[in-house]
Amino acid sequence: MEEVKIGVYVCHCGTNIAGTVDVEEVAKYAETLPHVVVSRHYPYTCSDPGQELIKNDIKELGINRVVVASCSPRLHEKTFQGVLREAGLNPYLFQMANIREHCSWLHEPGPEVTEKAKRMVRAAVNRVSHHEPLEIRSVPIFPATLVVGGGIAGMQAAMEIANSNHMVYIVEREPSLGGHMAQFDKTFPTLDCAACILTPKMTEVARHPFIRILTYSEVVGISGYVGNFRVKIRRKPRYVDEGKCIGCLVCQEKCPWTALSEFNAGTSKRKAIYTPFAQAVPNIPVIDTEHCAYFLKGKCRACEKFCEANAINFEQSELIFELEVGNIIIATGFDTFDASSIPQYGYGRYPNVFTSLEFERLCSPTGPTEGHIILADGRQPESVAIVHCVGSRDKNYHEYCSRVCCMYALKYAHLIKEKTDAEIYQMYIDMRCFGKGYEEFYNRISNEGINFIRGKVAKVTDEAIVEEEKGKLVVLVEDTLLGIMLRVPVDMVILCIALEPRKDTNEVARLFHLGRSADGFFLERHPKLDPVATMSEGILIAGCCQGPKDIPDSVAQASAAAARALAMIARGKIEVAAITASIDETKCSGCKICNLLCPYDAIFFDDEAKVSRINQVLCQGCGVCAAACPSGAITHNYFTAEEITAEIEGVLA
Amino acid sequence: MNFEPKIVGFLCNWCSYAGADLAGISRLKCAPNVNIIRMMCSGGISPFLILKALEAGADGVLICGCSPGDCHYREGNYMTMRRMILLKKLLEQLGIEQERVQLHWVCAACGDEFVNVVNKMTAEIKELGPLQAGVKSRALT
Repeated sequence: MEEVKIGVYVCHCGTNIAGTVDVEEVAKYAETLPHVVVSRHYPYTCSDPGQELIKNDIKELGINRVVVASCSPRLHEKTFQGVLREAGLNPYLFQMANIREHCSWLHEPGPEVTEKAKRMVRAAVNRVSHHEPLEIRSVPIFPATLVVGGGIAGMQAAMEIANSNHMVYIVEREPSLGGHMAQFDKTFPTLDCAACILTPKMTEVARHPFIRILTYSEVVGISGYVGNFRVKIRRKPRYVDEGKCIGCLVCQEKCPWTALSEFNAGTSKRKAIYTPFAQAVPNIPVIDTEHCAYFLKGKCRACEKFCEANAINFEQSELIFELEVGNIIIATGFDTFDASSIPQYGYGRYPNVFTSLEFERLCSPTGPTEGHIILADGRQPESVAIVHCVGSRDKNYHEYCSRVCCMYALKYAHLIKEKTDAEIYQMYIDMRCFGKGYEEFYNRISNEGINFIRGKVAKVTDEAIVEEEKGKLVVLVEDTLLGIMLRVPVDMVILCIALEPRKDTNEVARLFHLGRSADGFFLERHPKLDPVATMSEGILIAGCCQGPKDIPDSVAQASAAAARALAMIARGKIEVAAITASIDETKCSGCKICNLLCPYDAIFFDDEAKVSRINQVLCQGCGVCAAACPSGAITHNYFTAEEITAEIEGVLA
Repeated sequence: MNFEPKIVGFLCNWCSYAGADLAGISRLKCAPNVNIIRMMCSGGISPFLILKALEAGADGVLICGCSPGDCHYREGNYMTMRRMILLKKLLEQLGIEQERVQLHWVCAACGDEFVNVVNKMTAEIKELGPLQAGVKSRALT
C-alpha cells in the first residue's frame, strides 16, 4: 500500500472563521499530526486560487489525502471532491472539518473555539488516513418535473420546462390555478390589471401538451433521491366528473347553499358547489362537503338534477397515485398575517377596518362590490388611512420586511383617488421602493395629494373625543418627523398585512426534507449564490415560499429554478454518491438479520452460498445493515467502523 | 478544577446535521462540548461505536436523528429507537448513568432545538462529573 500523505487546508472564510478561530495556530497544529505533509491556511479555500493550491500540492508534493477545514460539507463537499477528481485523485480520499457552521458560528468567541477547531481537524486527519477510493456510480434520471403550487411562480417554472418538450406535473391544492396573483386587482408600478396578464398564462399552461395539471391535489409522500423521486399524490374528490363537465356552471347557479368565498377573502359568499372565480382553470366546479346540504343532511342534490352533462358524482372518492420525477420545484407561496392578532388595530371588531387582501378584492371589478370602494354601510369613504407594516418589521410578530406593502399601499392610494374624492393618509415607518420603476412610482403618487405620516400606528378606535371624530374611526399615531401625537379621524382603515410562511410549512418542510430560515420560510442552499436550490438535491424553491417577494422577483426565481432542473434533464443522468454497503462473505454467518432491516430490499440471501448479498444499484447507503450485523461482516463504505473510530479518537484525544 | 465534559455527537446527515448547520447559520450559540460526527442515518450508528466513544474518553454520547416518520431512509430512526432501549439496559448493567447516552430528534429546521439539546446535555453531564475510569475499564474491556 502506498504511503499516506495528507494535505490540510484551513480556511479563513474571510472573517467568518478567522474572526473567532486562530486559523494560523490550527494549521500549525495540523502539521504535527501523523501523515500530514503539508498544512496551510488560506483566506477563501473554495475560490479558484484556493482550489489551485490544493491541486498543485497533489501534483507537486504527491499528497494523496485531503482535509479541508472550512464550512459545512453540505455546502462545499462536492466542490472539493471535484478538485481531487480534477487532480486525478479519487474524490472519496477527502474529509471536511466543519469549523464554520459547527464551530466559529456556533460558539461564543474565546480560546475554546480554536481548541474545538483543532479537535475537529485532528478527527478529520485521523479519519482520512483510513479512506479508500470508492467507485462513482452514474444512474439515469426521470426527465419529468413536479411543480408543487400553481401560482405565478409555479406556472412560470412549469412553462419554462414544458417549452423544452419535457413533461411537467403541476400539483395545486386549490380547485384552480392562479394563486394569490389571481386575487389582485392591479399590479404596481405599471397598474396593469393582474387578471389580464395572469389568466392568459393560466389557459396557456392548461393547454400545453407537456403540462399536466393536478388541481385539488396534494403531495402526500415522497421517496427516492435526486433524479429518481417517486412522489405520491392524493387527488381529493371534486364530486364532479372532469371528463363530463362542460363548465356551464348551472350547478353553481342552482345550488341553494352558501359559504364565505375564500377567493374574495371572505368579503362575499360563494355556493357550496363552485369554481373559485370566473376565469378558473380548470373551469370545473368542486363540491365543498362542509357546506353542501347533501353531505350535511343527506338531502338536496339540486346540482345533480340540473346538470345536463350528468357530471355530478356523489360517489367519487379520493385517488392516490404515484409519479416518477427527476426534479421537484416547490412554489407553495405564502399566507397573509392574521390582522386580528393585533387587537389594538380593531380588525374584526370594526367593520370598516379591512386587510389589504380584502381591499384588493373590493377594488377588483370581479370582486363583491364590482370595483366600487365602499364602506360596510354602502357609503363612499371620505377619508382612508393606510397602515403600513402590520405584522412586519415588528419584533412581536415578524422581524422581516414583507417587501411588497409600501408599493401596494401607494397603488391603493392611487386607486382610491381615481375612484373617490377621499382624503388619504399613508402611515409608514420607512418607504421602501426599491425595484425597477418603483421610486418613480412613489414620486408620481406623492404628487397626487396624499398625506404621508411617518410613524407606526398605535391604535385604531371608535372612541370620539371631539365632535368631528364622531362616527369615525380614529387612528392614533405619532408623527415622528414632527414629534407630535396625532389623532386622525377616517372612515376606512386598510391594514397592510405581512406575508408569512404557509401555516403548514413545517409539514411541507418535513415531507421534502427542507430547512427553514429564522423567518420561517424555506431555506435556500446559499443566500447569495444559490437562492433556488435547497440542501435536498433535486428539490428547488421558487417564489414567496422562500421569502416575501413581488411578482417580477417570483417569476425570475421560478425561471432560475426551471433552468436548474433543465440542466439536469439535459445531462440525462446523475452521479450518485458511491456510499453503499458491502458484505464480506467470509464473515457472513447467513443469519439474514440484515435482509429484513433494509428499507430498500437491496439485500437478498444467496441460497447456494448461504450468505447475504447487497444489490449495489438499490443500496442507498444508510448503513442500517452494517450497524446491525452481529458478525461485523457488513462494511458501510465511507463510514466504516475504522473510519468512525478514528474520528472518535480524534475528537477525544 | 472546572470540569468540561467531552461529548461525542452522532448526527444523521439529512435532518440533524442540517439542523446543527442551521444553528450555526442563524448564529445561535451553544456550549462547545459536543464534538459532531456526521453519519448517514441514525440507524447506521452501531452500539459498538457508542460504547467505543465512551471507552475512548467521552463523558457522554449524543445521538440525533430525523423525527419519527421523517427518516430520509424511510425507517432508519425506528431502528435507532429500538436499539436505544436495549443499549440503555446494557448501560445500566455496566454502571453507566442513563443520561450519558441520549437520543434526540432534531429536524433540518430545528436549529434552536439542537442548541437546547446540546446545552441541556452538557449541563447534565457536568452535573454527573467525568465517566469513571474504573467503570470504563471494567465495563468495556
